[in-house]
Amino acid sequence: MTLSTTTAAHDGNGTSETALAPTGATSGASTADRTLDFGNAWAYAPAPEARDHIKIAPRHELFIGGTWRAPRSGKYFDTISPSSEEKLSEIAEADAADVDDAVVAAREAYERYWRDLPGATRAKYLFRIARALQEKARELAIVESLDGGKPIKESRDVDIPLAAAHFFYHAGWADKLRYAFQGRTARPLGVAGQIIPWNFPLLMAAWKIAPALACGNTVVLKPAETTPLTALMLARIIEEAELPPGVVNIVTGAGATGAALAGHGGIDKVAFTGSTEVGKRIAQTLAGTGRRLTLELGGKAANIIFADAPIDQAVEGIMSAIFFNQGHVCCAGSRLLVEESVHDLVVKKLKDRLQTTRLGDPLDKNTDIGAINSRAQLTRIQELVAAGEHEGAERYSAPCALPGKGFWFAPTFFTGVAQSSRIAREEIFGPVLSILTFRTPDEAVEKANNTMYGLSAGIWTDKGAKSFWMAERLKAGVVWANTYNKFDPSSPFGGYKESGFGREGGRQGLSAYVELS
Amino acid sequence: MSKLDDARRTEAAVSSPQAVTRSTKGGRADLAVPANAIPAERASSIDVGDSGRLPVNKAYKMFVGGAFIRSESGRTTQVGGVADGTADPATVNIPRGSRKDARDAVLVAKNAQVGWAGRTAFNRGQILYRLAEMMESRRAELVASLERGGRGRGGAEREVDAAIDRAVYYAGFADKFQSLLASSNPVSGPHFGFSVPEAMGVVAIVAPVRPILLGLVSTVLPAIVGGNSVVVIASTEDPRTAVLFCECLATSDLPGGVVNLLTGEATEIAPHLAKHREVAALEAFTADVALRTTLEREGTGSVKRVRTLAPFEPAAWEADGVGQGLGWIERHLETKTIWHPVGV
Repeated sequence: MTLSTTTAAHDGNGTSETALAPTGATSGASTADRTLDFGNAWAYAPAPEARDHIKIAPRHELFIGGTWRAPRSGKYFDTISPSSEEKLSEIAEADAADVDDAVVAAREAYERYWRDLPGATRAKYLFRIARALQEKARELAIVESLDGGKPIKESRDVDIPLAAAHFFYHAGWADKLRYAFQGRTARPLGVAGQIIPWNFPLLMAAWKIAPALACGNTVVLKPAETTPLTALMLARIIEEAELPPGVVNIVTGAGATGAALAGHGGIDKVAFTGSTEVGKRIAQTLAGTGRRLTLELGGKAANIIFADAPIDQAVEGIMSAIFFNQGHVCCAGSRLLVEESVHDLVVKKLKDRLQTTRLGDPLDKNTDIGAINSRAQLTRIQELVAAGEHEGAERYSAPCALPGKGFWFAPTFFTGVAQSSRIAREEIFGPVLSILTFRTPDEAVEKANNTMYGLSAGIWTDKGAKSFWMAERLKAGVVWANTYNKFDPSSPFGGYKESGFGREGGRQGLSAYVELS
Repeated sequence: MSKLDDARRTEAAVSSPQAVTRSTKGGRADLAVPANAIPAERASSIDVGDSGRLPVNKAYKMFVGGAFIRSESGRTTQVGGVADGTADPATVNIPRGSRKDARDAVLVAKNAQVGWAGRTAFNRGQILYRLAEMMESRRAELVASLERGGRGRGGAEREVDAAIDRAVYYAGFADKFQSLLASSNPVSGPHFGFSVPEAMGVVAIVAPVRPILLGLVSTVLPAIVGGNSVVVIASTEDPRTAVLFCECLATSDLPGGVVNLLTGEATEIAPHLAKHREVAALEAFTADVALRTTLEREGTGSVKRVRTLAPFEPAAWEADGVGQGLGWIERHLETKTIWHPVGV
């Protein structure tokens, strides 16, 4: 294991590419070019999270006006586990009439109860929700991993705790809004229509519902069609927390349901998280209506590694930047920009690191990489990876055995990627990394900003002044310096350029749900 | 001398194209002109000033990249002043900006923005204060210009005073809004997290139709104080005063390209700005509902921050809170959040 802690291990036996690399950082550190090979010595015994105590109802109805009711059309669709393709439940498909019911219920709840409640009372409701989320955390984590395919260690340690934290955080704002906007008066907007994606199903529901309710709005939320279960569990929690009926309404369905919600004339604000393409369509729908909109869209973030970075930590950073949640992360560090002199070293270490990455059962506590969320998403990833190969980039995929059933994609990276390549420009939304190089900080900035997106960026360097210099110049809403993919309810999140507008989290995130005067 | 006479004189001193036309043709001996060919009332309207000196007229141009330029299209629109019954309205030819002018202006603005945002906040404040000084020293000219554009003397004076004071207001905000909008984020973990406001980039503005000067100051200054650069389409009513405002900008040490003013039709130019990928945000004040919808729709292709508003009552702009306030700066800013681990 000494190799992994040795900085910059170049040697005379390296490939010609290695020989090309400047050796400034490597003098005196030359050792044999060895690779880590653990063979099967570190095989893990299965460590599945028990799921026998989890009862998923065979059918889920719509949550409208505080009651569970069947969709008017009588139509249901299946939600499956992407890791096994097993059917988990039938989900009501809301049509425009159901959406209309939900909006009417939300409007009534807004005018009859929620708008005029003292902030302190709204706060207490939100605290109740936060507490219940904590109490049911494990159950929610298991269902999240079942329904969405993400590893249990992520749903258990990231998604669910953060969702609870979001309710705690925003609960506290409900009676303190006058401090949030000093010198101005904040008023709620009314009914918010919220549409969320499948990559962090419960967490996104929390990001949307908590600030909206804290600011005095009521909501109609549409979860993604592949991952509706935890949002419906949240609806149950909201019911048990005895929120006034209609304050939160959950309408399940696919794109048509979302379009009906976004285009509904009875809402005052739309909040959407999802693809840039759909975000633009929603913005088109709302053009000229006077309704408010916030968008949290796609990304193609640059994760920039300087030669002076702590390389081992940076490699861990690469792992969490692109392989966290199978790369189904809008802020994933999907473009790795490596300073040329350490390119070979970083690639080698990344390859080594991937040898120990475990892909498989999302419910196994040792799993690092779970299932791709849906067949459609898997197809898109495969298509873009094929394009990367076709365009001449060199592919490396970790030698993971892929389970026979379900949707899987081995963690993959490309070297020799051109700026113009599709895999350097388009959001893949999967465990696929494109590696590019740069020579100067200016070039790094230039390349990092050369994208229509602007959601996030990573910087790895040991020089404080340099990281601030970079952070100032990167056109990105979130910059992680010597870290990546960290989230917190107190930390505003959101993009520049075509990654959307508006922020979620922090004091700044409240602006999306108030009218200021 | 009445106020009106006074204004007319200023007008003549600034521009009197018809007088020029006739005067220059006056002394040609080869033209046999009957003595009574020019009607008496026309002849008496020819004014070359008290001293008999022929005034030099100003060509009104757009302001792009720190220079006063014509439209690449070569098109102009004739703009008149107030007809008061005793004289012809003095007319000038205002460039009618084109799509190409808009694109050129965006490029100039984009190049200027990085340097402008890179100035220290203190320096931006100094320059905006300098702008106030330039406006104050041209106060009489600004007032006269607004009068010619149709405002009464009292209203014109109030508007100019409010505009100058607003420049001072924003000058003083240049190094303060950051502290008010930034945050230290108490994240759960060993990280130092903070969020800072940052300029969006190039902001396109369709200025309110009225008030001409105060409307410009109230929309352009809050955008540039935060480090953005601006491409603004001036009101078609009285674009002369808008150009005069640019003359104040040009002498205020504001780097060229930070504010770019186009004259012409918003309906023609603004949709191109809404579509333009290098324009980060667009703010439009217009009564034209179709134009508002068009701008919002055209902006979606590049996920632009588009904000369209029906015009306020012109007098409303004089109030604190309309065109003045933290929110007016904030709406042209992004929030950038930065995380760094804490450890040894």
